[in-house]
Amino acid sequence: MSAIPLTPHISDDQPWKLPSKGKVGMYCLIVAESAIFIIFVLAYLFYIGKTTFGPTPAVLEVPIINSIALLSSSITIMLAERALEHGKMKGFSLWWAITIALGSYFLYGTGVEWYKLIHEDGLTISTNLFGTTFYSLVGLHATHVIFGLIGLTLTLIFALTGKLKHEHNEKVQILALYWHFVDAIWIVVFTVVYIIGR
Amino acid sequence: MADSTLPIQGALDITPPAARKHSILEIAHSWITTVDHKKLGILYTVFGIFWLLVGGAEAIAIRIQLAMPNNHFLSPQTYNQFFTMHGTTMVFLVGMTIIFGFANYLVPLMIGARDMAFPRLNAFSFWVTAFGGTLLYYSFLGGSGLYGVGSAPDVGWFAYAPLTARAFSPGHATDYWAISLIVSGIGTVGTAINIVATTVSMRCKGMTLMRMPLFVWLFFVVSALTLITITPLTAAQIMLTIDRYLGGHFFDTQAGGSAVAWMHFFWIFGHPEVYVLILPAFAIANEIIPVFSRKAIFGYPAMAAASVGIAFVSLGVWAHHMFTVGMTSVSNAFFTLSTMLVGIPTGIKIFNWLATMWGGKIRFATPMLFLTAFLFQFLIAGLTGIMLSVSPWDWQLHNSYFVIAHFHYVLVGALVFAIFGGLYYWFPKATGKMLSEKIGKWHFWLFIIGFHLTFDTMHVPGILGMPRSIYTYEPDRGWGPWNLVVSIGGIIQGIATLVFAYNMIVSLRKGEEAGPDPWDAWTLEWTTSSPPPDYNFAIDPVVGSRRPLWDLKHPEDPDWKYEA
Amino acid sequence: EGPQATPSIYAPASTPAAQIQSLSYFVLEITGAIFLVVGGLMAFVCFRYRAGKNDDKSEPAQIYGSTQVELAWTVIPVLIVVVLFLTTARMIFAIQDAPKPKEAVDVTVVGHQFWWEYRYPQLGIVTANELHIPLSSKTDPKPTYFKLLSADVDHSYWVPQLSGKTDLIPNHPNELWMDPLYPGLYKGQCAQFCGAEHALMLLRVYVDTPEQFQAWVANQQKPGVQDPTVAAGRQVFETQACMNCHAVAGTAATGRYGPDLTHLASRDTLASGVIENNPKNLRQWIKDPDSIKPGALMPAMKLSDEQLDQLTAYLATLK
Ligand code: HEA
Ligand code: HEA
Ligand code: HEC
Ligand code: CUA
Ligand SMILES: [Cu+2]
Repeated sequence: MSAIPLTPHISDDQPWKLPSKGKVGMYCLIVAESAIFIIFVLAYLFYIGKTTFGPTPAVLEVPIINSIALLSSSITIMLAERALEHGKMKGFSLWWAITIALGSYFLYGTGVEWYKLIHEDGLTISTNLFGTTFYSLVGLHATHVIFGLIGLTLTLIFALTGKLKHEHNEKVQILALYWHFVDAIWIVVFTVVYIIGR
Repeated sequence: MADSTLPIQGALDITPPAARKHSILEIAHSWITTVDHKKLGILYTVFGIFWLLVGGAEAIAIRIQLAMPNNHFLSPQTYNQFFTMHGTTMVFLVGMTIIFGFANYLVPLMIGARDMAFPRLNAFSFWVTAFGGTLLYYSFLGGSGLYGVGSAPDVGWFAYAPLTARAFSPGHATDYWAISLIVSGIGTVGTAINIVATTVSMRCKGMTLMRMPLFVWLFFVVSALTLITITPLTAAQIMLTIDRYLGGHFFDTQAGGSAVAWMHFFWIFGHPEVYVLILPAFAIANEIIPVFSRKAIFGYPAMAAASVGIAFVSLGVWAHHMFTVGMTSVSNAFFTLSTMLVGIPTGIKIFNWLATMWGGKIRFATPMLFLTAFLFQFLIAGLTGIMLSVSPWDWQLHNSYFVIAHFHYVLVGALVFAIFGGLYYWFPKATGKMLSEKIGKWHFWLFIIGFHLTFDTMHVPGILGMPRSIYTYEPDRGWGPWNLVVSIGGIIQGIATLVFAYNMIVSLRKGEEAGPDPWDAWTLEWTTSSPPPDYNFAIDPVVGSRRPLWDLKHPEDPDWKYEA
Repeated sequence: EGPQATPSIYAPASTPAAQIQSLSYFVLEITGAIFLVVGGLMAFVCFRYRAGKNDDKSEPAQIYGSTQVELAWTVIPVLIVVVLFLTTARMIFAIQDAPKPKEAVDVTVVGHQFWWEYRYPQLGIVTANELHIPLSSKTDPKPTYFKLLSADVDHSYWVPQLSGKTDLIPNHPNELWMDPLYPGLYKGQCAQFCGAEHALMLLRVYVDTPEQFQAWVANQQKPGVQDPTVAAGRQVFETQACMNCHAVAGTAATGRYGPDLTHLASRDTLASGVIENNPKNLRQWIKDPDSIKPGALMPAMKLSDEQLDQLTAYLATLK
């Protein structure tokens, strides 16, 4: 598109490059989401030790393997991105699928943990303050994992059906950004719930 | 002033789109399915003006009830619902939507873009907000309502725990409050993301950050602030909903939960929120005051920096709403200081506007009348804010009508005045018709008289010990006459608002043709036709200064020479 | 001087209220000066620089900024803020952290939807809605120290002539003090929205001379009057639901949900200051509390006229 300068001293050939709007948008979303998490984390910290009856954080077991699974999915998704950048669609699908598997494993682990808490320790969201804050914070994070997994799975379907091309590189990177965020938040949640809070 | 002095006609495509008759259905369809930022901007604004009438009508009912002691116009329950709905409506459905209407319409035009960064997200955001807002009012009918006046929320717009717990607020009224605001909050965040991405990534060639119109700067800051402001409220409301539906204990004081935690969460949102509302008023002032003073804005870099400064400081002052909840003396002192600090960047803005007018040739057309009043009233409102920040004094003034007077002085005296000014200023751009100056002057003078009758007077009962949120008061307290004057002023404001609505309708049908640049202004939106074509600019503009149109109109003394 | 019908914050009758008043004058002077200077400049600019009727349409000189001027109007406000803050901080500590003297009277206030419970731990008194505290003076200080609690939602204790307000929040005890310097009845009301009848949660503080206070205390410490002539009314009181919610010392009634009625008849008003305490009003209240205070948490008991008369007669003896 040709352009007519409104001010004469600007010439047409100066480079004019602005950041990708998709990435900016995703960073904004991440900032907004972080604010939500901050409030839930603050609530969790504030209520540590305020529980007056019922099970306490002592019933928690530290989900090491689970956390390793989720965190390593950040690495596999990076490998997938790199594969896509180099146009290696097979490699992309493979790493991408592994990412989904790791994320799903994490959710499964959370499910097992919650099953135990509910059925063995009798801790539900309404049992006491600990239950309320625990299920809300961990649940909020798990919800984000679920949304991430939905996005990842859709992308995988596109990749396998051949709809995903090299030029979708940037969109994939944006989705990956979200996934990294979900992982990073887990580090915070993990520290607060399983280290500080226990 | 409708004659165009635009020297670049022909350079840019300004042929209006060929007029064709459309059926009502086609028109409705085009508005509902639109992803055009201009149409969405208009939708936002019209939506906001509609709720302004509704929220205003609630205010009038409140004022009738309070006009005399022991009045029986509204029942206690209805009164409590009305002031809750009035506050919630005005902040979320009026303030937030009108300002985002302005942003949607103007930001892309001002930065020489053809649309927002994410047009479909934009449409989604609007409709989600509209749905959330309507859901709030559905509470009058839904829930356990439909008999009497229904079950609208009656817990105040701050919805303090534990009054919102199931034990004290049975039924679904409070759930409507929480859920409708969560929903409309999603829309708000969507729009904020869109505006940030648009300003960062869609600027036309040559539009560096330091050449962006201050209007765009302000909305950039507002939107960034919105991202971290609305979301804490969403988080708190999710907690409240967990408490109410899943039996959680976040704010359940019987089970160790904390009422004070809610206050912190609410005001961590609530305080920055008021700056989210006022910064757009500054944005409007930053365009109108220079154009009508015929001078470049004074101290552009300081203005941009002060906006960012206000946003930052405003994140650390929330507990000035909580001086009476029993914080330590050190906390009280801290929040007194941080609150007062906001006065410094705000003062810079006021002084810069004054310096812009200084030595100018001020034309008092209706937009400038509103903005002059804005300046004066914001000064007073800011100073009463400083009084409230003096925490011992606030122990007296908190939750009294003095506070109500302070914040209406800002919200009406500054925000609504600026919005009216902005509507007079940009209405020609959006519709191609001028708003009538004659009716506009009527509107202005009626509104300003009503405003001062209402809100100047309202400080007094506060000082005389009248608390807020009361549906009636004892006759022996001596508050009666003051309240009567306040109520009369409110009704005058109502009449003025109706005059404005009339002006819009009449001018839309028979208004003077505006032409592309009726105010002889300087920013990019005035280079396209009024209303602009769908694609905004036929040719991508390229700019080399803050006031591209000034440079074109004054090649002998262009701006870019002075911008290092 | 002394209590006024209009509870203005500018008619202080106690040290904290007076201190706030003097601080407010100082702040008013500064903000007033800012207003005069800046507002004056605004007026000046509007008149001096308005475009004339036959303006030649030429543009004025464009000025883009000036570092010196901008620095000046940044630094001066900074100095003003420093002054304001230091003065304020001094007053915060002076009022909030004032040391509590030995001779202070302790009162525990419990906020209820929509009435006030008062307890005097040192004196063993429990009463409601009308607070009696001793007069204090500069020479013989006898301040009252409040502990503020809530049984349900947030309330706020505000008697403007005596002190600033402080909230009563469940699970979050607060403190407040006042040292009233003139005797009489001070009015105020709940200042935090607390539900349907927040507006009628009125406050009455009686500041008594030492003798009056002594007499009042002595009477309050006695159990409820047992007058055989109103035994029928007492019978109704103890067999209806009344005693589930109300207490009368010396009887089987020990309910705590509603106000303590042991010395109901010694109070001037009913239902937290809403109506005068006379037999007619009392009867109406018991018959239908909603007709007086719609939304009050006391149910209408659906008693017969005879029972109502008996009850009223009984309650009227509880001096
Ligand atoms: C758009 C909305 C808006 C804006 C801009 C402001 C601006 C300010 N507000 Fe206001 N405020 C509200 C809306 C707003 N407020 C609302 C809605 C509430 C009540 C909520 C509720 O309870 O429901 C409230 C309540 C409120 C309180 C709590 C009162 C209470 O409940 O007890 C306080 C206390 O500190 C306060 C202070 C201030 C201050 C210091 C500013 C400052 O930003 C003002 C700064 C401006 C100036 C100071 C004037 C210009 C400066 C100069 C000329 C420079 C020289 C001046 C100095 C050096 C002092 N506000
Ligand atoms: C932008 C925000 C905003 C605006 C513009 C206003 C505008 C007004 N407000 Fe409001 N107000 C708040 C925000 C706002 N308010 C908030 C946040 C609260 C706190 C709520 C709480 O405590 O929970 C509050 C509380 C509040 C109270 C205190 C209630 C209480 O504590 O008991 C009062 C009392 O007088 C009041 C009055 C008014 C008046 C007279 C106006 C006037 O300016 C209104 C003028 C009238 C109109 C603009 C409309 C006229 C239109 C018609 C008459 C036509 C009707 C037609 C149709 C319906 C189709 N407001
Ligand atoms: C469900 C609880 C409940 C029952 C039962 C009840 N009351 Fe009450 N009562 C209250 C409450 C709560 C108040 C305070 C109302 C207010 O001021 O908002 C009150 C207030 C009063 C007052 C005014 C007290 C004051 O200090 O001003 C009187 C008198 C009274 N009740 C008498 C009675 C009698 C007599 C009965 C029985 C016939 C009765 N109440 C039954 C809850 C109850
Ligand atoms: Cu108690 Cu308001
Ligand atoms: Cu604030």
